[in-house]
Amino acid sequence: MTYDFDAWRARSPYYDESHDALAESVRRFVEREVEPHIDQWEADRQLPRELHKKASEAGILGLNYPEEFGGHSEGFDIFHGMVVTNELARVGAGGLGASLMTHGIGLPPILAIGSDEMKKQIAPPVLAGDKIIALGITEPSGGSDVANLQTRAVRDRDDYIVNGQKMFITSGVRCDYMTTAVRTGGDGAGGISLLLIEMDRPGVSRTALEKMGWHCSDTAAIYFDDVRVPAENLIGQENGGFIGIMRNFNRERLGLAMGCCAFARVCLEEAADWARERKTFGKPLAGHQVIRVKLADMARRIGATQAWVDQCAWAEQEGKGQPADFAMLKVQATEMLERVARDAAQVLGGASYLQGSKVERIYREVRVNAIGGGSEEIMLDLAGRQLFGGNR
Amino acid sequence: MKILVPVKRVIDYNVKPRVKADGSGVDLANVKMSMNPFDEISVEEAIRLKEAGKAEEIVAVSVGPAKAQETLRTALAMGADRAILVQTDDEVEPLAVAKILKAIVEAEDPGLVILGKQAIDDDSNQTGQMLAALLGWGQGTFANTVEVGDGTIDVKREIDGGLQTVQLKLPAIVTTDLRLNEPRYASLPNIMKAKSKPLDQKTPADYGVDTAPRLTTSKVTEPPKREAGEILEDVDTLVAKLKEMGVA
Ligand SMILES: Cc1cc2nc3c(=O)[nH]c(=O)nc-3n(C[C@H](O)[C@H](O)[C@H](O)COP(=O)(O)OP(=O)(O)OC[C@H]3O[C@@H](n4cnc5c(N)ncnc54)[C@H](O)[C@@H]3O)c2cc1C
Repeated sequence: MTYDFDAWRARSPYYDESHDALAESVRRFVEREVEPHIDQWEADRQLPRELHKKASEAGILGLNYPEEFGGHSEGFDIFHGMVVTNELARVGAGGLGASLMTHGIGLPPILAIGSDEMKKQIAPPVLAGDKIIALGITEPSGGSDVANLQTRAVRDRDDYIVNGQKMFITSGVRCDYMTTAVRTGGDGAGGISLLLIEMDRPGVSRTALEKMGWHCSDTAAIYFDDVRVPAENLIGQENGGFIGIMRNFNRERLGLAMGCCAFARVCLEEAADWARERKTFGKPLAGHQVIRVKLADMARRIGATQAWVDQCAWAEQEGKGQPADFAMLKVQATEMLERVARDAAQVLGGASYLQGSKVERIYREVRVNAIGGGSEEIMLDLAGRQLFGGNR
Repeated sequence: MKILVPVKRVIDYNVKPRVKADGSGVDLANVKMSMNPFDEISVEEAIRLKEAGKAEEIVAVSVGPAKAQETLRTALAMGADRAILVQTDDEVEPLAVAKILKAIVEAEDPGLVILGKQAIDDDSNQTGQMLAALLGWGQGTFANTVEVGDGTIDVKREIDGGLQTVQLKLPAIVTTDLRLNEPRYASLPNIMKAKSKPLDQKTPADYGVDTAPRLTTSKVTEPPKREAGEILEDVDTLVAKLKEMGVA
């Protein structure tokens, strides 16, 4: 038996032939539509819109969304979502999944608490790949303390007038819509609403942000200067937006954790291939005990994390998902990836430091996993509070 | 019209094949296998003809090991209606496959058989032609474009000098080239639907075909490694060097 990227699934009770078939289909898509262009898109600092269209036609964008909006959920279980994440990660550029699938964070609040009108208007073009939707929570004043966000929406007859700024918004340069967290009421979580803002409204402006990694994912700072938004754009109840934000957290963290396992597998695969080929001191690297122990150690960390990912996915599917578990799982996954990316880079030596290698890219993308979607500190504090008590 | 689409399970086109240590063949243990890319194009073309109302049913066939079922399920998930697996663990050669396909054609009576021009494992490029000969049907190989008419099919073929159009009487054999179409990706609902589409299991003996190899492989070797190039100072040195090598 030798290591390969796909072996883990074959021995897991959660995956069957339908997951393999979907993985195969998405892999084809990535090999044909993504791999030949990914370096260019990294250099362009964004994905082309046609990719969203193609991903929709390939059945990727609409997976697990209602049929009435152009999605398809027939036969779906949560592990189908896992294999899609795994395959999108395999190209070794985290910006792909982040930016192609931003609707995975932008759309769920609308589907969960938005009006029927809004669902009908927004979901179909997004799932068809014609429109891009982003999620705007974080502000320059801080992303961890969500309940304290500052962007204000003030009611003026049939409109809201929005003033403020969002920061680090994935797909923010290209997005047509943003599911935006704004303050409509008093301090704290109880004063927050979600507002759908069309990006072509007067008073909206944006600036692209240059980042350490996720280069093919456009990230923006977005400014609102007296932006008039009709009151129908309110998602859910006024001052009831926090629920909409929280609801998606388990799945988002699960997806991020799964992505980390996949990126770690890419690192291990690259390192293992290299270790078998590269000769030093008269034998392949893998023939040196220090190196093969390092490889086995990487496999051990990935295997343990993947097992917990799968178990948490199952719990979520059964409606037994505990937020504390997903918060801790995310930390487990990002610390694992940090270590595995480091070890892979060591095994590759100088080659890992050259641009263009997958390991080099993944190494640069370790931090965004550990910070975005809830930082490690905030995740563990949340879990600690839930499991061991103690208020703020 | 019914369309028959033979598909082969081969080593995945992205895998770098390794030759077995004893030189007897390519090492397939734990290697990712998938549908021959030319066959994906055949399946896609058949589906497009069906979508255009030119065909009613698409039957996918594979001759190979039990695992070739997965390849057939892929064809079903793309849009084929039913499948036939002719199961054998022997390494099958083009002639044996063509004979089996001939028997299936006689049983199924399709108006068109669309095959890949070759399989990427052995690159034989023979099965379609042999099948046409065995059946006495017309053949349009290396198809770049196909157009089904009234009892005929126009096949624009990729040939060395450019494109050549032939008109065949139906029933006929078509083999696909790379530029015929871009195959679709199977979506999850179609993957789930494929699970319940019929898949018949047969053996070569059911068709009275002996698949024993007629060829012996004497040796398989890796292609020679490319030697590092040499950068020469100027054209004069290059010319001198070429003369020295006897090529100029
Ligand atoms: C590439 C990228 C894409 C992103 N995409 C989006 C997006 O699409 N939409 C969106 O809304 N946001 C997005 N974010 C923002 C992301 O969610 C935030 O960066 C994250 O929540 C952390 O917020 P912050 O950067 O403001 O750090 P801060 O909240 O300022 O925290 C800084 C540091 O202090 C720690 N810290 C903070 N508070 C405490 C505490 N009480 N106790 C202990 N430690 C603490 C944090 O863990 C962190 O290490 C993205 C970020 C990046 C980098």
